Amino acid sequence: MPFKIGIDVGGTNTDSVVLNSANRLMAKAKSPTTHDVSTGIENSLRLVLERFGKDRRTIRHCMLGTTHCINAILERKGLDRVAIIRIGTPASDAIPPLTDWPEDLARAVKFRCFLVPGGNEFDGRPIAELDRKRLQGIAKQIDGKVRTVAITSVFSPVRPEHEIEAGRIIRNGVHHRISISLSHDVATIGLLERENATILNSSLGSVSRHAVQALRTATRRLGLNCTLYLGQNDGTLMDVASALRHPILTVASGPTNSIRGAASIAGVQDSVVIDIGGTSTDIGLLKGGFPLESARPAMVGGVRTNFRMPDLLSLALGGGSRVRPGDRVAIGPDSVGYRLTHEALVFGGTSFTTTDVAVAMGRCKLGDPRRVSSLPRPMVAAADRLIQTMVEDGIERILTSPKPLPVVLVGGGSILLGNRLNGVTRVIRPANYEVANAIGVATAEIGADVDTIMTYSTTPRAEALRKVRQQAVERAVMSGANPRRTRIANVEEIPITYLPGNAVRVRVKACGMLAT
Amino acid sequence: MKEWLVADDLETIALGAPILGTGGGGDPYLGKLMARAAMSRSGRVPMISLRDIPDESLVIASAMMGAPTVFVEKVPSGGEPVVAFRALERFLGRKADATYSIEAGGLNSTIPIGTAARIGIPLVDADGMGRAFPEIQMVSPSIYGYPATPMALADEKGNVLLIRDSLNNRWTERFARNATIDMGGSSMIALYPLEGWQAKRALLPGSISLARRIGHRIRLAWNEKTDPIEAVLQATRGRELFRGKISDLERRSETGFARGIVRLRGTGAFDSQDLSIHFQNENILAELDGRRVAAVPDLISILDSETGAPITTEGLRFGLRVVVITIPSHPKWRTKKGLELVGPECFGYDSDVPAT
Repeated sequence: MPFKIGIDVGGTNTDSVVLNSANRLMAKAKSPTTHDVSTGIENSLRLVLERFGKDRRTIRHCMLGTTHCINAILERKGLDRVAIIRIGTPASDAIPPLTDWPEDLARAVKFRCFLVPGGNEFDGRPIAELDRKRLQGIAKQIDGKVRTVAITSVFSPVRPEHEIEAGRIIRNGVHHRISISLSHDVATIGLLERENATILNSSLGSVSRHAVQALRTATRRLGLNCTLYLGQNDGTLMDVASALRHPILTVASGPTNSIRGAASIAGVQDSVVIDIGGTSTDIGLLKGGFPLESARPAMVGGVRTNFRMPDLLSLALGGGSRVRPGDRVAIGPDSVGYRLTHEALVFGGTSFTTTDVAVAMGRCKLGDPRRVSSLPRPMVAAADRLIQTMVEDGIERILTSPKPLPVVLVGGGSILLGNRLNGVTRVIRPANYEVANAIGVATAEIGADVDTIMTYSTTPRAEALRKVRQQAVERAVMSGANPRRTRIANVEEIPITYLPGNAVRVRVKACGMLAT
Repeated sequence: MKEWLVADDLETIALGAPILGTGGGGDPYLGKLMARAAMSRSGRVPMISLRDIPDESLVIASAMMGAPTVFVEKVPSGGEPVVAFRALERFLGRKADATYSIEAGGLNSTIPIGTAARIGIPLVDADGMGRAFPEIQMVSPSIYGYPATPMALADEKGNVLLIRDSLNNRWTERFARNATIDMGGSSMIALYPLEGWQAKRALLPGSISLARRIGHRIRLAWNEKTDPIEAVLQATRGRELFRGKISDLERRSETGFARGIVRLRGTGAFDSQDLSIHFQNENILAELDGRRVAAVPDLISILDSETGAPITTEGLRFGLRVVVITIPSHPKWRTKKGLELVGPECFGYDSDVPAT
């Protein structure tokens, strides 16, 4: 039976798990993250392999979830300078690239910006002929000076040809190794947001090579001969080649892996995942194995992008939230946070917290229950009711259909909640939650998205949808999905408002099992 | 009164204008960036009150026409609004003294600010809708029989079209919409040239400062952690119509329109009541337990109950906790002629418009 490994490199710990092909946990390990990353991965892997005990050759796949890329952007560290090419004049120059970026980040990534004639209309017609001469000139100007190039063409999600051609001209025109990001591979409709994402993607070249190298080194040293994958924002995987090309697609994989991992451990698919910490509660929704995606523009390091990030609802409610008794009991938003074990009443402190309420209600045994036994019973009950209601309201807000779902409850603050919540089929408190991120990435499948505009008056709807679905499947297979086990996970049609003539935005997601 | 719009006003206008967009009108973000770029040299744009423009002056509206989805992908070159504006001036043989917004709800709140900055003329604190509507004839100058023509359309490629004359503003809408599709789905337009005395008669005063006031109050509420919904209501003379949760969403796929019905289940004081809102890009009418309680031309806006942020008809989703507010439309829209232009019948419903 083939096995697989999931690794999650966090800020503090590097976690590893071994799962069988039915996603059952066989072994787990935790080891401190190291500065060079690869040593931490190696230590964690060595430990998990020891505990696994079986022949290493049975391990076929190894999946990595990492916060490398998002941290590099947030800290503006190790980012490459990017030659930024936008194809679309005479349109689009009203707002030059890097507009509305945080100044320090723009400074860290900008080599130079170039605007080039070309690009397409929503219906595919060219705005202008692609200016090849100008691109050859740009290649000369950047030759030997920059390692990464970001190319964005107007309406490339509908017609990518100009981007592809421009990439070829630049590659042929320079005399050194160069890495080129084409925007249609990176993000979707919305020029500035897609361009922003593409520039960020280019700037992550060195960072992603470093991460992949760390993983390769560690697996090689341990004699593992398995295919490597990285977890993406949307809860699917990409192979190493794609990850090196599109590192930006890993920036939000952390929360996604955590939600998916929690649900996987709990043995449920469609579910609400609630993570209660000391100060806040994060509520996420999984549907068909994927997290609910946010409709708002996703900010990455202060830059507006159009990635579909997992939609997490955050409540100011945690195990350390302060409780204010009174005519109407109030809770939070302030919290004693990590000082809970000194400041809460049950721990001998003077702050009345939600944890004290849970102890007084007998929901859990913590500290000294006698310290809360004299609290007025109706007030404690009201506070407890309020805690349950806050979470129930949150669940109701995140649900996308009236159908109740199971709830997966994790995190230290989960002691606040009872096992009966409104609008919920059942409450599951899974074990092994501390390695949820590693499990989340190990249980992911290969995925691919296509997001484009089709004009149903020129291409009939059925044919248009068939084309886009086929494209999505092809992309998934190209990234390593088994062609016979690849399916369409989602189809969305969004009419283009204020524009008669049957133009519709079509988004399709395909995903599939790993090819073996 | 003359005052100066500065960069920060763009932020507050862009925050407030979508509330007047009643679910449609497009995101002002890009228009804001364009105006900011246009203002970078002067740093400010003069804004004058409607009542202060001289009777004999000429004002021309500057706007974007077409699909916001196209606009955010095929970003303009920035010069098109000016090209359209200049073409119209040339045809009229006369320079405009000021520009104005034809639609303060949404994207077209910020477009004319950029035009004013580029040309170096003031913006009039007024608009032609007081909200968002989908078509060219649905503006207050139509009430007075003022034509949208002569009207100029420009694209980034250098195409400039002039609609010299048409039978009526509906025809202008039709010609302009088709030309806009040919231009790639969005165009920059200059239209409704009015003399000062006509503008004073026909336009709706104070719309831009209203959008700014709404945005300012919302931002203040966010900073001071007070109720942003209350802030919106105070800024608009609006009232809370309903508070609840989206319990059902029925979309009809129809080209050019986000069309459908959204149903809400009441919470708090509205417990066990139901509100349905019919929408066609914008929110058209609201029914409380089957009884119509608000309708166009009055404004029906759906706000996120926590942040006060307006929810567009494309962004509606099951489970959202929302507050529905209504804001009375300008009295001009409540006249017989006004209702013929933008009343419920124009959207396929019977004509009843309840008091707000």
